[in-house]
Amino acid sequence: MTNHWIDFKNSDCILIMGSNAAENHPICWKWVTRAQETGATVIHVDPRYTRTSSKSDMYVPLRSGSDIGVLGGMIKYILDNDLTQKEYVLHYTNASFLVSKDFSFSDGLFSGFDEAGRKYDKKSWSFEMDENGVPKRDMTLKDPRCVYQILKKHYDRYDSKKVSAISGSPEDQLLAFYKAYTATGKPDKAGTILYAMGWTQHTVGVQNIRAMSIIQLLLGNMGVAGGGVNALRGESNVQGSTDQALLFHIIPGYMATPRSNWATYDDYNTANTPVSKDPKSVNWWQHKPKYFASLLKSFYKEADLPTAYSWMPKLDAGQNASWLVLFDKMLKGQFKGFFAWGMNPAASGADSNKTREAMSKLDWMVNVNMFENETGSFWKGPGVDPKKIKTEVFFLPCAVSVEKEGSISNSGRWMQWRYAGPSPMGESKPDGDIIYELALKIRELYKKDKGAFPDPVLGLNVDDWGDGHVFDPHKVAKLINGYFLKDTTIKGADGKETVYKAGSQVPSFVMLQADGSTCSGNWIYTASYTDKGNMAERRDKTQTPEQAKIGLFPGWTWSWPVNRRIIYNRASVDLEGKPWAPQKPVLAWDGANKKWLIDVVDGGGDAGAKHPFIMQKHGVGQIYGPGLNDGPLPEYYEPLECPVTEHPFSTQLNSPTALMFAEDAHKRTTCDPRFPFVCTSYRVTEHWQTGVLTRWLPWLTEAQPQMFCEMSEELAELKGIKNGEKVILENPRGQLWAIAIVTKRLKPFDVMGNPVHVVGIPWHYGWVWPKDGGDAANLLTPAVGDPNTGIPETKAFMVNVKKA
Amino acid sequence: MSGKSFFVDLTKCTACRGCQIACKQWNKLPAEQTRNHGSHQNPMDVSAITYKTVHMKEVADDKGFMAAWLFFPEQCRHCTEPPCKMTADAYDDTAILQDEVTGAITFTEKTKDLPDFDEIREACPYNIPRQDAATKVITKCTMCLDRVQNGLKPACVQACPTGTMNFGDRDEMLALAEKRLAEVQKKFPDAVLGDADSTRVIYLYQMDPQKFHDFAVASATTPGLMNRKAMFAKLFGSTSRSKA
Repeated sequence: MTNHWIDFKNSDCILIMGSNAAENHPICWKWVTRAQETGATVIHVDPRYTRTSSKSDMYVPLRSGSDIGVLGGMIKYILDNDLTQKEYVLHYTNASFLVSKDFSFSDGLFSGFDEAGRKYDKKSWSFEMDENGVPKRDMTLKDPRCVYQILKKHYDRYDSKKVSAISGSPEDQLLAFYKAYTATGKPDKAGTILYAMGWTQHTVGVQNIRAMSIIQLLLGNMGVAGGGVNALRGESNVQGSTDQALLFHIIPGYMATPRSNWATYDDYNTANTPVSKDPKSVNWWQHKPKYFASLLKSFYKEADLPTAYSWMPKLDAGQNASWLVLFDKMLKGQFKGFFAWGMNPAASGADSNKTREAMSKLDWMVNVNMFENETGSFWKGPGVDPKKIKTEVFFLPCAVSVEKEGSISNSGRWMQWRYAGPSPMGESKPDGDIIYELALKIRELYKKDKGAFPDPVLGLNVDDWGDGHVFDPHKVAKLINGYFLKDTTIKGADGKETVYKAGSQVPSFVMLQADGSTCSGNWIYTASYTDKGNMAERRDKTQTPEQAKIGLFPGWTWSWPVNRRIIYNRASVDLEGKPWAPQKPVLAWDGANKKWLIDVVDGGGDAGAKHPFIMQKHGVGQIYGPGLNDGPLPEYYEPLECPVTEHPFSTQLNSPTALMFAEDAHKRTTCDPRFPFVCTSYRVTEHWQTGVLTRWLPWLTEAQPQMFCEMSEELAELKGIKNGEKVILENPRGQLWAIAIVTKRLKPFDVMGNPVHVVGIPWHYGWVWPKDGGDAANLLTPAVGDPNTGIPETKAFMVNVKKA
Repeated sequence: MSGKSFFVDLTKCTACRGCQIACKQWNKLPAEQTRNHGSHQNPMDVSAITYKTVHMKEVADDKGFMAAWLFFPEQCRHCTEPPCKMTADAYDDTAILQDEVTGAITFTEKTKDLPDFDEIREACPYNIPRQDAATKVITKCTMCLDRVQNGLKPACVQACPTGTMNFGDRDEMLALAEKRLAEVQKKFPDAVLGDADSTRVIYLYQMDPQKFHDFAVASATTPGLMNRKAMFAKLFGSTSRSKA
């Protein structure tokens, strides 16, 4: 999140789209209610009327997968009706930037498309630079090649009639929604977006979020209280895990994973360190070499930087090692072994039959979990003959979260320290202990047997992980913050020199060094655990009156970066440092003392001295974004499995760069009369993820005992299905049974003149337990993904539904 | 009137079931063997092992679209003049107790010896008392009296994330109820409080209580069960009643 949970209460208009917040983030709902009590409007846009809709002021139905139509329609509405926050758009976004003459867009495709390779050459998407290497700008926003005019031209096609025709959202409801939300374009009004998997799990997932980011920039909603782009994360510490680079393409602190085409340490830094010639652009990533050097030293403390880099594992140039690719390769027999650690791929991965078959090709699997699950037990699953499975499975029982000490980073980037409650049961251990023991044992074997390449393993800094026997979360937290490896003298902004002794904690990432004299396991967490103590343990509710007005709570735990609570907050004030919304300021410029008050300011310097979006090379919010794999602007494409053969915006039916596998093509269908219904998957309050933990809790299974399928009364009548009876859902990838919930909360969608039925299923069930609970929703979902993230399109695919 | 009361602001309830499950956990009640009946609600009814369940009702507009989805976390109302106790007292006035300090109505083990369970159940306008088939003990919400006597809130109130469940001194809860009613009526002109004078569990309904649940409020037309007047007539031979 750019903002945080409590901040929702400051909003004038809360849009919940691609999320079912009341059901899946129930604790946050009280902040939404507080906003309503001060007059905020809450709008829920969703294929189903859910528990969230029941508490919202406005509900707009939307066919799964048609979000970019609706959002593009809002962009057009904003521009046609001149509702932008003008000063903000002019000074804080790239609306005025001139785009290269070589850029073009036609019939659903941007310039530079390579049809055979199914990818773009992005060169033509670049900005036109002046003689100083700074992007050229037209501050009148009239030049046909300025971003503002390109934007206007791009979304001209997205009129409300076309949008209504493809989304099935009634036109009058769309217009009422647009009118209410775009009123937050006034400088003293703020609108916020709460989104989750309903937006990300599509082949256009990233572009869904890009579309909303554009809207938020046009309306001046970034960096302000009650604004922002707010992802509601689906696991209590998934924010922490992405910060620590659980994903293949990054290393801790959101730096790129080293690739083989960056052969040396210097090559990496040259390729990955952005340069800006604009003196007003802070371009914070210019400091990347300091963070990269510190990270390498945290891994390989005794090695010099070039050696440490040579020890780092690398991806090949252009290699995609995302989830769907891994399981595709696993199916092809390319993995000997697999650690299924705190996850349940047999139920959570798209195309469960493909995933389950893939696991049967392994020589061995280590399954770390609390309970028996569909992954560790895949070898005795439905239709599987254990005698035919060669895989040796080791089950390691792990401790429950409340049995472990350590931190959790919530959606608002708040790192919160937690204490251990009860001791782990039996022989179960905390994950940290299991990893630590494995590392020590592997090093022992490398010492004894030499192995193929022992240096990185033996050079690994495990000293800072524990005491030689037991994992120590405090030691690791201190390493993540970072400390000085040698006595270091640093001159501060005031000219004063300070000597930091070896072994002392680094107070802030501003002091991290590029020469190997500091180590830090994650630069964005520097300042979280200093010599003053563990900031994540703080539970202080003290606030200044201004902080209390917006619920900032700066003394409660610690947020990255450097305890900033609302990021991009420089955009909350005008060029003179005056807040756009004086009734709920995030920053105030104390001209007399030359400092900023209330929140931690984003980037130093006086009011108006620097551009506010300090993590962007050019310092401004990107309305036009030249870096993504599928285009600099969001464009409408249908999900890869869809109920129409055409849509109104172009002849390009689907995303031309979506991740897919040729061998699975025979399992995908579009407009096939055998599988005519759109299916979407989602969650309920009472279960969590694949239900690996929750299905074993009787009170939760009592509340939600079985796999169900929600459908409209119209579809039920069509298929002769009665409420509460068993139905079968099927498509070429698999089938499952579910109990029909026939409800008015789903209605058929009028799409391009034809009724399209949408059904929905939860993904919480698996065959292991309960015995009559049902199996994984992912038996039906396709292994196709977003071209940037690889995330599977589990929110819109085609099925048939019939009585069991 | 002294003692404790609940104020349940249904305009804030999202049917998260936190209250339902907290009750199970605190009272160490076993789970029912349930199946999906074609809705998100489960269990469908209170029982000897379910003291609290959240009812869910879909309300349509005249065009057949959703107008409202109403949620009703059902529990014993802890009446100020409990008909269940008055009925049981005729047999054993220690079977059902009324706590002097809080006003909590509790069913003891001695309820197993009451001669006619149906009589107790039908005396309740809210259809709450349930009997364990094996032990014959009658059970229901206890107001978490053990927690309250130790300065804690009832488990359901502690668990509620939205501010739906409130608990405290009766006059505080009544004042809060009246304040919220006035606020809510701006958006929902048909909003009412349910049986505020005669119960210690005061619900704020944004529309007609009967839309939430058949037994939401005591009414003359409640099917199958005696209304309060008829019950008092049966017990005392008149419609007058003694003060609590």
